[in-house]
Formats: sequence, structure tokens, C-alpha cells
Amino acid sequence: MKLGVLFSGGKDSTFALHLAAEKEEVSCLITLVSRNEESYMFHTPNIGITALQAEAMKIPILQRETEGRPEHELTDLKEAIAQAVKDYGIEGVVSGAIESVYQSERIQRICSQLDVWCFNPLWKRNQEEYLEEVIARGYEVVLSGVFAYPLDGTWLGKRLDRDLISKLLVLEKRFGVSPSGEGGEIETTVLDAPLFKQRIEIQESAVEARGNSGVLRIRRARLIAK
Amino acid sequence: MILIVDMNCRRDSLGFYEFVLPIVHAIGDLDVCTVRHYREVTPDDVKKSSCVILSGTPLKDHATLGEPEKFGWLKSCATPVLGICAGMQTIALVFGAELEKCLSLGMTRIVTTAANSLFSSAFQAYTLHNFSLKSSGDFEVLAESEKCVQAIKKNGREVYGVLFHPEVRNPEIIKRFVRASSHTE
Repeated sequence: MKLGVLFSGGKDSTFALHLAAEKEEVSCLITLVSRNEESYMFHTPNIGITALQAEAMKIPILQRETEGRPEHELTDLKEAIAQAVKDYGIEGVVSGAIESVYQSERIQRICSQLDVWCFNPLWKRNQEEYLEEVIARGYEVVLSGVFAYPLDGTWLGKRLDRDLISKLLVLEKRFGVSPSGEGGEIETTVLDAPLFKQRIEIQESAVEARGNSGVLRIRRARLIAK
Repeated sequence: MILIVDMNCRRDSLGFYEFVLPIVHAIGDLDVCTVRHYREVTPDDVKKSSCVILSGTPLKDHATLGEPEKFGWLKSCATPVLGICAGMQTIALVFGAELEKCLSLGMTRIVTTAANSLFSSAFQAYTLHNFSLKSSGDFEVLAESEKCVQAIKKNGREVYGVLFHPEVRNPEIIKRFVRASSHTE
């Protein structure tokens, strides 16, 4: 089955893509570039790097801009999926939703309206086990956005490793922060993964943070040999 | 041993992660679960199990509804069975009930209509289905949503069906079913 993956460049959509590619044919990535940094549906920091990630994986990418206004962005998503059906012949869509019924319901509804399959291969995963698996499978992931107390700018740019997972699990216990960022508490950017033929090197970046909210803005990056 | 039946259209499919694994996680003890694809289940597998749970499937996957004969074991088994979504639809077909189109997606209010051992009163649950029951036939209706029948029990048997997905927001329902089944062994 030919599939399109809703791709944000973060660990969840990249890992969902990975699982999908093990079972089916991934024909394209679908990325919505939202102008709204607080979008509930679409991960935003460093969305510009998705084209570089797609190039690293040698998978075509369909990018579409959206104003990111609640519910209007769903019309944009529907049009993007319909375009992927037309351009790449996809029969189904894959998302990296783990817990969010808000996100999942909306994607399921669009797929139902377009009569395409919908898969959420990370659905209900145990978050600690999932993060461990991301590391074990050789992913290089950096924190590129923080949006909840007590996270702040000092977390940005940190690599996802066992030490960072332990710290996130402490925050989960003490403050209810979802360790995989399912509630939008953190966002990540994948620099390398098993499907990447080349890895991404960040050449220039800047931390833009205020209080418990901030992003690691990647200004320049390139592909290098693994 | 708890037998979880993978109802996806083929073995080792992408839907396995979304519709089978969350049931295993809801039970919590991986060592007591065995997973079989529906085309590979034998009456002996069912007989050896303390209970059987039939998984759901992606919204477009209706394969089991075209193969009710693969579930002939349901008619005579003494093992308690819980069918989830496609699992409930398949149970209904096997026992001669009719389905009708009924699309429901997302969190939905479910109202209990008959006392039972799995749930009570009204609660919110995650739905993802294209069909519900047209007529209840030889089933007792245990719960309904505003749109349709949401849970059934075969009269005189420990065979249950829920159209909503308890593994998403109501894992305690799966745990109650497993606990109650271990008492009937």
C-alpha cells in the first residue's frame, strides 16, 4: 500500500514513518508549514528543515502553507492529503499521534472523508519504552522547543539520550509533563535516523527563549556523510 | 493465558501497533497474553485460554466482516469473549445480527442501558467505527450512544461486544473483563 506520512521533522513523525516503511511503501511526506507557532495540530519549530530531512531520506515531500487558525488548518491538511493522493497515488496516511484524541480524531475524519486509510503506529505507546527505543534504534534527536513549566531555554539543543529521558521522567512525576511531549510541552528535531542516507549538521542556531517557552531556531544546516 | 485475536486484514500489518498492542498494554502483563491472527485461531487455542479479546481495526479494514466463517469457534466455545469494534461487529454477524452504516469518531458519551460487570452509568469513550447493529437479535444491549448501540452481550453466554475502544481511555473495562474471566475458569 502506498502511504503518505504527516511529517513535522520531529521524533514522533519520523519514527512513525520508520515503522510504516517496514510494512508498506512510503511514497511521500506531507508537511504543513503553519504560521501559527501555537498550532494544536502542527509542530512548528524548524519546520523549514523538513525539506532537508526528506532529501536525507530520498523521499519526496509535499509542503503546504497554512495560517494555522484552529479548524481552518484542517481544511489545509485535507487539501494537502488530497493533493498527495493525486500526485503520488497514496492510499493511506500515517501520523505520529501517541495519546492525543484531539489530533487523532481530526486526522481520522479527514481520511474518512477522502476514503483513504489512516494509521497511527505509535498510538498508546508507553512513553518511556518508546523514548528508549528511539535511542536504541540510532536516532539523533535534539530538543528544539519547550513550552511548559519548569522547562526553559537551558533545555534547548540537548540531545535525547538516557540521561535526558531520566530527567524528563522526573518532570513527569513532579509536574505532569509528558516525557514525549504529547501535550505540546516539548518539540524535537531529528538530525539522524536509520532511514537517513546522510545526517544533518546544524551550522548555525540560536536559542530564543522567554520564561518557560522557547525554541532552538536552526538558521543554517546541511547534509553530511554518516 | 489471554488470547488476543488480531483482526487486521493481514498478519503483521501496520494496524497491529494501533489496535492490538494497546490491548496488551491495557492488560499490563505481557507474559499472560498470546496474540494470533484471526485466520490462524484454532478451537484448541480458544479452549486453552482464560478469555479471548478480538481487536479493532483501521476504519477502512472490514476484512473480518467478509469472513464470519473464520469465527465458527465462537458459536460453541465456553471461553469468555470480548470483541472490540470490528470484534463486536464480527460477533454480531456470526450470531446472525445485521449491521448498518454508522460513522462515529472521537470521544463519545456512552450510556449504560443494562446492568453488567464491565461498566456502569454514563462515561466518555473513544469511538472509531463505520458500522453498528441494525437490530440486536439474540443480544442484550448493554450501552448506547446518541447514534447507536455501543455494547452488547449474547444472551446466556459470556460473549461481549463493545463498539467503542476501551483500550484508549477506558482500560479498566478490559481489566474487569479479564478479572471476571479468571473467576469463571
